[in-house]
Amino acid sequence: MSDAHAAHAPQSFWSRYVFSQDHKIIGLQYLITAMVMALVAAGLAVLIRIQLAWPGSLGIMMTPETYIAIVTMHGSLMVFFVVSLALVSGFGNFLIPLHVGARDMAYPFLNMLSYWVIVPACLLMLISFFVPGGAAAAGWTSYPPLSALKEAVPGSDWGQTLWLLAMALFIVSFTMGGLNYLTTILNCRAPGMSMMRMPLSTWTFLISAVLGLLTFPALTAAAVMLLFDRHLGTSFFLPSGMVIGGKVLPHEGGTPLLFQHLFWFLGHPEVYVLVLPAMGIAFDVNSAMSRRAPFGYKVTVVSLLVAAVLSMIVWGHHMFTTGMNPYVGEYFSIMTVLITVPFAVIGVNLIASLFKGRIKFTTASLFGLGLISAIGLGGFGGLYLGTAASDLYFHETYFVVGHFHMMIGVVTFFGTFAGLYFWFPKMFGRLMNERLGRVHFWLTIVGTFATFLLMHFQGMGHLVRRTFESAYDFQKPVTGMHYAITFFSVMAVAGQFVFLYNFFRSIWRGEKAARNPWNAAGLEWTTESPAPHGNWRGPVPQVQRWAYEYGRNGHAEDFQLQAEPDRVGATEPAAH
Amino acid sequence: MKRTTRGSADAHYLTMFFAVLTVVTVAGFAMDFRPAVVTPHGRSIDGLINYLMVVTGLLFVLGHAVLMHFVWKYQGEGPADYTPEKPRTQWLTALIPVIVMAGIAEVGVLLLALPVWGELYGPTPKDALVVEVTGKQFEWIVRYSGADGKFGKTDPKLVDDAENPLGLDENDPAAQDDVVKRGVLTIPEGKPVAVNLRSLDVLHSFAVPAFRIKQDVLTGFTARAQFVPEVAGRYEIACAELCGLGHYKMRGFVEVRKADEFVKWLADQPGMFE
Repeated sequence: MSDAHAAHAPQSFWSRYVFSQDHKIIGLQYLITAMVMALVAAGLAVLIRIQLAWPGSLGIMMTPETYIAIVTMHGSLMVFFVVSLALVSGFGNFLIPLHVGARDMAYPFLNMLSYWVIVPACLLMLISFFVPGGAAAAGWTSYPPLSALKEAVPGSDWGQTLWLLAMALFIVSFTMGGLNYLTTILNCRAPGMSMMRMPLSTWTFLISAVLGLLTFPALTAAAVMLLFDRHLGTSFFLPSGMVIGGKVLPHEGGTPLLFQHLFWFLGHPEVYVLVLPAMGIAFDVNSAMSRRAPFGYKVTVVSLLVAAVLSMIVWGHHMFTTGMNPYVGEYFSIMTVLITVPFAVIGVNLIASLFKGRIKFTTASLFGLGLISAIGLGGFGGLYLGTAASDLYFHETYFVVGHFHMMIGVVTFFGTFAGLYFWFPKMFGRLMNERLGRVHFWLTIVGTFATFLLMHFQGMGHLVRRTFESAYDFQKPVTGMHYAITFFSVMAVAGQFVFLYNFFRSIWRGEKAARNPWNAAGLEWTTESPAPHGNWRGPVPQVQRWAYEYGRNGHAEDFQLQAEPDRVGATEPAAH
Repeated sequence: MKRTTRGSADAHYLTMFFAVLTVVTVAGFAMDFRPAVVTPHGRSIDGLINYLMVVTGLLFVLGHAVLMHFVWKYQGEGPADYTPEKPRTQWLTALIPVIVMAGIAEVGVLLLALPVWGELYGPTPKDALVVEVTGKQFEWIVRYSGADGKFGKTDPKLVDDAENPLGLDENDPAAQDDVVKRGVLTIPEGKPVAVNLRSLDVLHSFAVPAFRIKQDVLTGFTARAQFVPEVAGRYEIACAELCGLGHYKMRGFVEVRKADEFVKWLADQPGMFE
């Protein structure tokens, strides 16, 4: 079996590193692409912060329309082309076959295509800055009529069209990837790898894939309809009676509300697609680093599933102020706050997974621990927004901005970094530098927590979102915080350059790693570091236990790999 | 097991970080940067927010206290001194956050928030003053129905930004006495007000933070915001939905005047076509 796979190993530079069908290379391609897009998106963030702290300091380079284009693209790039690309596509691809005991994904060719569809999507997004009217400027949420009419804002000229086309390609890529994840996890597990023996990170990739497959179609439909409204004179989202630039527009019969429903039907589950894998990775990393199994494995699996199901029926909490039926609004509120329940369970389990452990502090575990705090800070804020009556006050303020950045900015990035420091040996056979890692960690945790915590306070003062300058007296008490936020956000960005230097330098000059430098129990550590093409040189392992067999129980070692001869006193939960 | 110096430093700094974070978070929320509230339903909303701050504050502190304790106590290298927990323990432990969070969350939503929601979207009091506010790029235009109590017909084709920004139909008798004002909504103190909200172009959102009011406006749909302003004064209207390059400065004012002053003021305003 292994020889057959080895015989088909790619030979040329192009088939090994460019059009690779090896999930590990594809995963790395996604990760590195995400890093490039992150540099752009972070640069945009810095521009926003400079404008907010020192309005007008960027002169003609920063006009009001440029500002909202930058805000739009910062969000669009970060959500889809950084976080999703790194966490879901990068780690999902790299880890899933190694974690389930497969030689590669179920559809390697489709997998290769999924990456090469993302590349033009990225390019379209980047090119959109340079087309007439500039980049899209209707917010990452792209609400019509603003996004439908080029008279309404310059970015709704070419920029919005390119945005929609890039998103269409992104969705195609995600669909291909999602199908691969689903099929590989369900059908390609090694002998002995039951579903309940999979690591928690694998569960989260499975759930994210299914969530995405189910909900992206709504955004596809919305994007197509918006393209039609923009270019073919239809009125899906455009009502009659609009007057722009002195002209009465000819549209009739549409409603902007339809777009919002379609967008958020995807939009809300999307953020769970992003957050769940970060938490799954945290469980994996923290358990290896604290030498004990996650507390409540089964409970966590159930909680993840509950959170995912709930995420699909709460999208209206983004629309409390739209004027939709108040009974519908109340329903969405009642259901939304229920999501705190599975998240609270997961948070408790993450903390309890440290109980009586022995925590080894590495950069990976520091990020894994910081993630727990981020879930608390971000998660509790969700209650203020999910309760409809309080959301009336906080909607479209910096409270929302602080909340979602904690969840899909901090929790996700911390999960990504924990994973990168932890699995770096499996990727490259070397270790990242721990001293530089400490610098990266501290600049990041202080920078991000300060930035987004302060934004919650600005939200309490009703600082309005997406505003080029502060024109309101009522928010004066909180605009002074802009200086501190700008300082801390630049600190956070600076930390990432330390990380990038560490990452790339360590690929070639990092300390060489043993096969299993963390003495971790997961299946991926039964093979070499770096993992070879085909993942295992010999036959695929026969799995005998779950991925978290930690604990002494009278033996010399305090862990047992997932595929090795049995030993007495296995800690795995009752027979599966 | 021996504690390495490296591990101790990390545990030390991380615990300190969590401690500082907890203190700053609680202090910052306690500082309460909300503008003063001047409506009864607004006070209910603030009460709800206070409830959330107390409850989430307590949970946040508790959670971090445990996290800090574990990070500090269980630091070190070597095997863990743990035995795997029984399934029963794991399920029972989960019950605690389930009951606590469901309870806290739904008490907030059902007990504290629902009545406010009902008041905001429920029937309009019979004695409410009904006004209309239209959002457009980038200003708010106010309309009163005038002595006849009827709002005249509008037609987008009649919109002239200088002379007739709402496109009132001169031929409609009901439109003759409609009073149109740009940028300032003047209303009486102590009486219920119902604002019919529309848009002439893209989405906007009528937000008056001091009233704890926020309602999106769409073209082709009339939304309603209702409230009772209790204190005379001048308050700001903000646009709370991205509407283009002038979004940030789509500022308006609400002038709340003493009831008799308001009546006199309104009587003095000329109708659109009078």
